[in-house]
Amino acid sequence: MAVTLDQTIAQRQHNWLSTLLKSQAFWVFIAIVVACIFLSFATNSFATPKNVYNITRNVTFTAIIALGMTMVIITGGIDLSVGSVLCLCSMMLAVTMHAGWSIEAGIAAAILTALVIGAFNGVLIAYLGFPPFVVTLGMLSIARSLAMVASNNTVVFQFGPDHDKLLALGGGAWVFGIANPVIYTLLLALLTGFILRWTKFGRHLYAIGGNEHAATLTGVPVRMIKVAVYMISALSAGIAGIVETGWLGAVTTNIGAGMELQVIAAAVIGGASLVGGVGTAFGAIVGAALIEVIRNSLGLLGINAFWQGTFIGSCIIIAVAFERVRQLRSTD
Amino acid sequence: MSVLELTNISKHFGAIQAVNDVSLSLEAGEVVGLMGDNGAGKSTLVKMIAGNFQPSHGTMRMDGKELVLHKPVDARRHGIEIVHQDLALCNNLTAAANVFLGRELRRGFGPLRILDYAGMYKRAGQIFAELKSETRPRDLIRQMSGGQRQAVAIARTRLSDAKIVLMDEPTAAISVRQVAEVLNLIRRLRDQGITVVLISHRMPDVFDVADRVIVLRRGRKVADKRIADSSPVEVTGLITGAIEQV
Repeated sequence: MAVTLDQTIAQRQHNWLSTLLKSQAFWVFIAIVVACIFLSFATNSFATPKNVYNITRNVTFTAIIALGMTMVIITGGIDLSVGSVLCLCSMMLAVTMHAGWSIEAGIAAAILTALVIGAFNGVLIAYLGFPPFVVTLGMLSIARSLAMVASNNTVVFQFGPDHDKLLALGGGAWVFGIANPVIYTLLLALLTGFILRWTKFGRHLYAIGGNEHAATLTGVPVRMIKVAVYMISALSAGIAGIVETGWLGAVTTNIGAGMELQVIAAAVIGGASLVGGVGTAFGAIVGAALIEVIRNSLGLLGINAFWQGTFIGSCIIIAVAFERVRQLRSTD
Repeated sequence: MSVLELTNISKHFGAIQAVNDVSLSLEAGEVVGLMGDNGAGKSTLVKMIAGNFQPSHGTMRMDGKELVLHKPVDARRHGIEIVHQDLALCNNLTAAANVFLGRELRRGFGPLRILDYAGMYKRAGQIFAELKSETRPRDLIRQMSGGQRQAVAIARTRLSDAKIVLMDEPTAAISVRQVAEVLNLIRRLRDQGITVVLISHRMPDVFDVADRVIVLRRGRKVADKRIADSSPVEVTGLITGAIEQV
């Protein structure tokens, strides 16, 4: 045996190229690039600054929540309440500012609401052993109902003294003409990617998704981490709610309805596995981007909008099919 | 002096007497086979040493000092490590990540401390080399053989300065070739002066690697003798009750 210790340590099963080629997020990214090139030639309206601005901004609300959702999914959980939490947080922000408080107070109210809801979900799931699906399904109903109570089911479109600040926060483009939400999304994606790859917390998320029992036995604080991850998920919904409120300039109680499914679709298309243990921040972003490109292009190509669900649904099934193929291969 | 000494240890769960008045001592650098039928009290006894259960009666002494363990972390801090029967591994992580699970190495300061990938690969590689295992730090557990998985689980016990390693049925579900591999790993631990308690149903394994065998039956210790002075026939008799006590 002429293999030194250093060589053994350096031995990798895959080099970076084969890792890249095996990554679902990479292929989704390629699909987006190909679709964009095709659309630029097939239509006159796709590659216009206005349309690109719209697409990138529309992606963001789904993408921000998909980042939080991906972390939940990595632990093997699910959060169905994000659409309603987005609505409730938007409403808390709107109601607080409408009552004459500053934008800071409004944002604090929205974030605090998100954290409390996330902690509630997390404690029920982690400490009392409730199934995540059921707890967050309940919260889906509760949060939207609370939003209706908070606003008396009216539309709020006047945000008090800091009205303009809020609209600039969500609707402005402070850096190089890039829409603000896009900047926030990129920053949050980098932060999520960093946490997943480089921190103990991130490592433990993957461990819990891989084998929760093993994580417990080896001394990983599984329950605390689960509470934290549902708080992060709710927080991501809250942040998306704040940004979306600033962009729309009005909040209704049906904002974010059905969004949870779109967010989960984005995470799964980006390679997160609902069984747990797999997923990346990059995947969440490209998953969200693919959905938006499909939606945008159908309109531009003059295809009936009713087909939208068929295309997005097919993407989800194809994404899961890829995962199945890889599983079958690895068990050979 | 013995590393760990148990005196008149008993454990009951309600009316059920799982372990009854067991005394034993473990010496440094020996391999002790702990045998007995299902329900004989092996797991309960080991779980008391590992800090999962507290004894109802009796005392434990480590290096002469009384030892009270409230939870598994206490046992770990006193140099008692356990290799669980199901190994407690995450299939989706690398060998090195599993070795360091819950005890990750980090570098940097304060809140900006990040995972020290290079350091963990290096240390895991060194431990595998010490154990003379062919396991590679960057490989995923998913793609490993049963013997390699055992090596990863055992490598965990080498992170700290363990005095006692408890192994729960390490050879129960693996191939013949891998059994030989695992028994070799146990010898490596012993050579480094570590006491290994091997819980096993497999007579050949215990007689192959252990220095001493302790037999439990219905919660009582019925034998504690050197392997050289015993035989598989005798131990089988002790386990089943054909031989009352020696």
